[in-house]
Amino acid sequence: MRITLKIWRQKDRNSEGRLVAYELSNVSPDMSFLEMLDMLNLGLARKGEDTVAFDHDCREGICGSCGLYINGRAHGPLGGVATCQLHMRSFRDGDTIVVEPWRARPFPVIKDLVVDRSTFDRIITAGGFISVRTGGAPDANTIPVPKPVAEEAFEAAACIGCGACVAACKNASAMLFVAAKVSQLALLPQGHAERKERVLKMVAQMDSEGFGYCSNTYACEAECPKQISVSYIARLNREYLRAKL
Amino acid sequence: MVLDAKIPDGALEKKWDNHRFHLNLVNPANKRKCHVIVVGTGLAGASAAASLAELGYQITSLCYHESPRRAHSIAAQGGINAPKNYANDGDSIYRLFYDTIKGGDYRAREANVYRLAQVSGCIIDQCVAQGVPFAREYGGLLNTRSFGGAQVSRTFYARGQTGQQLLLGAYQALCRQIGAGKVRFHDRREMLDVVVIDGRARGIVARNLIDGKIEIYAGDAVILATGGYGNVFYLSTNAKLSNATAIWRAYKRGAFFANPCFTQIHPTCIPVSSEHQSKLTLMSESLRNDGRIWVPKKRGDKRNPRDIPENERDYYLERLYPSFGNLVPRDVASRRAKEMCDDGYGVGPTGLAVYLDFADAIKNNGKEWVEEKYGNLFDMYRQITGENAYEVPMRIYPAVHYTMGGLWVDYNLMSTIPGLFVLGEANFSDHGANRLGASALMQGLADGYFIIPYTIGDYLVTARLKAADTSHAAFKDAQRCVENVTQKLLSARGKETVDEFHRRLGKIMWDHVGMARNAAGLKKALEMIPTLREEFWRNVVVPGSAGDFNQEPEKAHRVADFLELGELIAYDALHREESCGGHFREEHQTEENEAKRDDENFSYVAAWEFKEVGGRPALHKEPLVFEYVKPSQRSYK
Repeated sequence: MRITLKIWRQKDRNSEGRLVAYELSNVSPDMSFLEMLDMLNLGLARKGEDTVAFDHDCREGICGSCGLYINGRAHGPLGGVATCQLHMRSFRDGDTIVVEPWRARPFPVIKDLVVDRSTFDRIITAGGFISVRTGGAPDANTIPVPKPVAEEAFEAAACIGCGACVAACKNASAMLFVAAKVSQLALLPQGHAERKERVLKMVAQMDSEGFGYCSNTYACEAECPKQISVSYIARLNREYLRAKL
Repeated sequence: MVLDAKIPDGALEKKWDNHRFHLNLVNPANKRKCHVIVVGTGLAGASAAASLAELGYQITSLCYHESPRRAHSIAAQGGINAPKNYANDGDSIYRLFYDTIKGGDYRAREANVYRLAQVSGCIIDQCVAQGVPFAREYGGLLNTRSFGGAQVSRTFYARGQTGQQLLLGAYQALCRQIGAGKVRFHDRREMLDVVVIDGRARGIVARNLIDGKIEIYAGDAVILATGGYGNVFYLSTNAKLSNATAIWRAYKRGAFFANPCFTQIHPTCIPVSSEHQSKLTLMSESLRNDGRIWVPKKRGDKRNPRDIPENERDYYLERLYPSFGNLVPRDVASRRAKEMCDDGYGVGPTGLAVYLDFADAIKNNGKEWVEEKYGNLFDMYRQITGENAYEVPMRIYPAVHYTMGGLWVDYNLMSTIPGLFVLGEANFSDHGANRLGASALMQGLADGYFIIPYTIGDYLVTARLKAADTSHAAFKDAQRCVENVTQKLLSARGKETVDEFHRRLGKIMWDHVGMARNAAGLKKALEMIPTLREEFWRNVVVPGSAGDFNQEPEKAHRVADFLELGELIAYDALHREESCGGHFREEHQTEENEAKRDDENFSYVAAWEFKEVGGRPALHKEPLVFEYVKPSQRSYK
């Protein structure tokens, strides 16, 4: 396959960025999207040119490192996968592919396609946990959790923290990310003691980091590689209201 | 130097309790004066940092990822073992201990493994309290499954994402301590050296991956929880960034490296499709419960597998192992697959794959049944290969998955450098020559939550350290040394990229130091690796500069270390004139082609001491004593 790439190149946080075109031939349909970028970088490195920086690690869709805006969609054209799970067979010979980083003010660009998502860590740090000291836990089976509740908590816990929800949202809202963690811990009986405090602190942190509000377009759900449902945002709103009353 | 593992006296089941009682305690008021540096934020690192901070120690935590939650522990699928005996099927601490010693082919310490089995139950309690959403039964209690051939149901799991859920639990515990101001966390920092002063680990040198600056961190003790070294093979199921640099630089500062040749190959991975392949993907070995493995009886048979009639197929595992069939252990299944391919029976475009066929399972139980049990794996297979495994058999091939070897540690998890502790996959401790399924998560969390919080205190009390001081010449020297290496890499201006060298090293390792090894091949590797290393330093091209965000020098440092580590693995494999667990020497096999241990001569931990790059390392032996479990030969016929 022959592919034309238009890739966002930006030297650092404070520099201006721009799209740069690259031509690749001999792209195999069996390559993953990131392997296609590896191929581009191999060519650049051989010439001693700066390679295109992008975050990646597990390449199995679970670590949440990779995240590219591909032809105007977070994680590319497929639903339910991270960028690393996208293969070139999803494109056609001769295609032009535009590759950009996540575009959201709370995710500033570090270089090229790499962004800083430490705002997510700060939201978890603000309260996205159950306060339990090592060694203080009772026997695991002293806290029964009904299977449907455990399943619902699991669906929320599947979030990989990639940030596609924020990138896809026109308001750069982090509501789905926050909702997933708030819901997981509010659903489980272990999390009840800190239920109110947790949601207030996490939402306050979210707001202070500059994420926008949810306006119910559902773009986050559509682009979430783990297909986390927007119904958790409704649960977040209920949890928040409950804590405020 | 005599290796003292510091195994406590007394009966096996009393050792850890006795030891804990005799360890010195740090006065609560003094704990906040003690500063511990924890490198890595996977299961072992995050759990250690959080637990030590809860105790009141001052913690600095670093990782090369942008967030602690990205660590490679996140990718573990299967589950975590604990002998809770919730299934009422006869499990016990002793049985888990016994299975682990036997599974490790009698190359692990009894006392360590028993302690691991003892604390594993507390891990489940801890994780449930943190909100880890383990699988449950309708009554609301925890569900378990039997895993990896275990005869009892002791594996706790969270669908196929157990590692992710456990890591997020530890990550959240760590975040809580960061929020409380007890942990200072630094992201995108790669440790490139350990600083040793007066024979003790007193700090580290790390590269800030955002601006390229070389930074120094001083402390009273250093904990490495930096994972395994499977990427020395280039292609493995490890994440792309997983590397050996932290433990390798520690080795070069005096920490012994134990059993480097004990590497584990996983049999059910998606095969390599071509040269561009960047990593391999593992599929749960539960697939072997219902899939049948076969190759065509005729060499080089290129027919569509569905057109090959039953009598022209060789279900070789069922033929060779009538009682275990497709469920033989990982190492056996892997070796047989490789042999079939080496003999020309392999399938697929590269000939490096065997079929894993679900046609019979679908015929007998229906497609829905298969879908419910394995649907996510079939989806994953389709995503990667573009093939529908309900209609054509899957193709699988073995891949490097886990490394049992690592830095040598004593019972307190301290390396041969006083003050340098090593946890999780980075150490060599509990898995012997072969790790059992669902035991890696258990060991990482045991080390971090329940062992290091006790043992490090004793060191901090007895070492009587002066306050750490970054103005000491040793820090400046180490910093300069790292800066020089980085500069050397960037100024080579050769013709071949870091990735190309890594790929070439991987091929040498896989061909000669892979899952079946022999003296001739190992000697060949010992010639080829130094030659490649020399070529690397002469002809590598690392574009860009050192003073900004540049992923090329990151890779170059890692590959430079792999080019030395590969040689050590080959030395170790050559010296170990026996087969055991994941280490298979073709010269040492039974008439039935099974691993043949030599307990008389090799019942020891091989701990290697660094001498010089290219020079022969010195071997130190820690004898293994089996007082409770009598070594026996494995048989799966």
